[in-house]
Amino acid sequence: MTGHAERAARFAADEPRAHWHDQALWFVRLKRDRMAAAVPEWEALRERAAAVKAHARARLADYLEQFEREATRRGLRVHWARDADEHNAIVHRILSERGVTRVVKSKSMLTEECHLNPYLAARGIEVVDTDLGERIVQLAGEPPSHIVLPAIHKKKEEIGELFHRTLGTAAGASDPTYLTQAARAHLREKFLAAQAGLTGVNFAIAETGGIVVCTNEGNADMGTHLPPLHVACMGVEKIVPRLADLSVFLRLLARSATGQPVTTYTTHFHAPRPGGELHVVIVDNGRSRLLAEEGFRGALACIRCGACMNTCPVFRRSGGYSYAWTIPGPIGSVLAPGRDPVAHGSLPFASSLCGSCDAVCPVKIPLHDQLLARRREVVRAGGQPLAKRLAMRVGGWVLRHRALYEVAGRLARLALRRLPRALLYGRWNAWGRQRELPAAPAESFRDAWRRTRGDGRG
Amino acid sequence: MDSREEILAALRRAAPPDPGLPSEPVRGTPYADLALQLAEAVRAVGGAFQRVPDAAALREGVAALAARLEARRVVSRVPEAGAGTAGAAEVADPHQLEGVDLAVIPGRFAVAENGAVWVAGEDLGHRAVFVIAQHLALVVPAAEIVNDLHEAYARIRFDGPGFGLFVAGPSKTADIEQALVIGAHGARSCTVFLVG
Ligand code: SF4
Repeated sequence: MTGHAERAARFAADEPRAHWHDQALWFVRLKRDRMAAAVPEWEALRERAAAVKAHARARLADYLEQFEREATRRGLRVHWARDADEHNAIVHRILSERGVTRVVKSKSMLTEECHLNPYLAARGIEVVDTDLGERIVQLAGEPPSHIVLPAIHKKKEEIGELFHRTLGTAAGASDPTYLTQAARAHLREKFLAAQAGLTGVNFAIAETGGIVVCTNEGNADMGTHLPPLHVACMGVEKIVPRLADLSVFLRLLARSATGQPVTTYTTHFHAPRPGGELHVVIVDNGRSRLLAEEGFRGALACIRCGACMNTCPVFRRSGGYSYAWTIPGPIGSVLAPGRDPVAHGSLPFASSLCGSCDAVCPVKIPLHDQLLARRREVVRAGGQPLAKRLAMRVGGWVLRHRALYEVAGRLARLALRRLPRALLYGRWNAWGRQRELPAAPAESFRDAWRRTRGDGRG
Repeated sequence: MDSREEILAALRRAAPPDPGLPSEPVRGTPYADLALQLAEAVRAVGGAFQRVPDAAALREGVAALAARLEARRVVSRVPEAGAGTAGAAEVADPHQLEGVDLAVIPGRFAVAENGAVWVAGEDLGHRAVFVIAQHLALVVPAAEIVNDLHEAYARIRFDGPGFGLFVAGPSKTADIEQALVIGAHGARSCTVFLVG
């Protein structure tokens, strides 16, 4: 079975590209740092955001009911979906009942998670992703590689080539402004022709029954204010109790995501467009199960800012696709094994446990604790590769037996000194692939202790 | 049991103990000069900022902006800023707003912290006008600046059905190699006129 390490190795094999990817994300991380440092009450905001989310989690059912009541009062229509299939079927029914065949969509990781696009495409509905990064990967036939920067893995020359093929831009052109303007013209036609707009939801407010959608490009606004039908899809965890709570989350979100003080458009929908319809689909799809997991429910606080990815030394050098899941990076590595500990068993190990993710997370999710806890689960579920399982079994056995440990230590020191490089750094030594093994000391700590203490008791 | 009941029951079963909802208001760091900070913040998010003393100066400023942009079709939702092009705003279908060069929109208040301007749906006519126009001018009274988003949300109300948004600068993207490009889907420029 291929795991994260094998997929990461493929990405890292192209060294200049891996380095470039690393630098691009580090640049975003630095922008985030500057923004965070400019807000004296930053830590208080994080504390507050975490506290509000912890409370909302405990009362999620109540708040969802309140949201539904208020939203309905304002003319929104609320739907409930247990899982991805039901979500897709609901969205499809809303669209097909109104004869819709052309849809524009703004970014929604939930619809990615549910694989809505192929579901609708198979039923004759064209879905155009309108976020520039998402449109790029859609035209390339790829999924997003990052939740905020979907095309961060692509170079401008590759996008130029893709646009030349699909949008007819000039051959060899790769200037970002030129390419963006070409996409603007192409997508404006799509916006004007769309019969419905699909969006995600950044925040749903229980108190007022409204939803908030944040974009920098304005694509959610172009997509929802022109056609008469707006369908918004949200996970159950998007609820915040009060309108005023938004101030805390909005001050954190864009600063953490892209290093901006706020997104360009922060749109509050508390009614359908005059003469139009606004549907909200509330989706569980495994979230109630996550809520039941005591050690992991905190991950439901995630506001999908992507900061943990930008800062993660593993993500930066392995790329989003190496995680082979909708949400990559540290948070994805916590979430995915909750769905399937065997299939996603390698993800919690895609971490140095350096804790950088915890340090930047605006809602203070203890990501590295959760990654460690997930490792334990994966091991228990038998989701580790055989070689690693065996090695751990042998290691554990050696560590439990003192004499054996001493002999093993002596052998290792001898091997390090005497064995030829070719053997020491053979295929079996994954650790030594990018690193030098340490120089072997002349004697073990135990021997040194015996010698200097001189009492021979060790 | 239908999906709604099932989801709610599952969430209730799984619910951890409630740590309580923090209720003391959050406060930001006050700025000494709100207008100055706002000007800086608007520029930082890619917008232009112009302070005008009165309605006459506003009209002049907007006219000069329209001339500079060579705007032929202008929608004005701010009567004091000029009438706009005849009939531009009175369209039945928002799609007919395609081709508007400049939209002049009232902002209820501005946020010094981040350069965002609160736009209320009631002030727009068609919601689409602020995003479909090629360029945007936001008109905010000088007395209506709040320090930060905490103060902003103390002013925002959705008592009835409604719509509203913060606009901070022009539409932008950095999706191609992190290079900032202004004018992704919405306005290619955004000028905040602070009046008074
Ligand atoms: S886990 Fe935290 S840092 Fe990572 S995306 Fe979610 S909110 Fe952002």
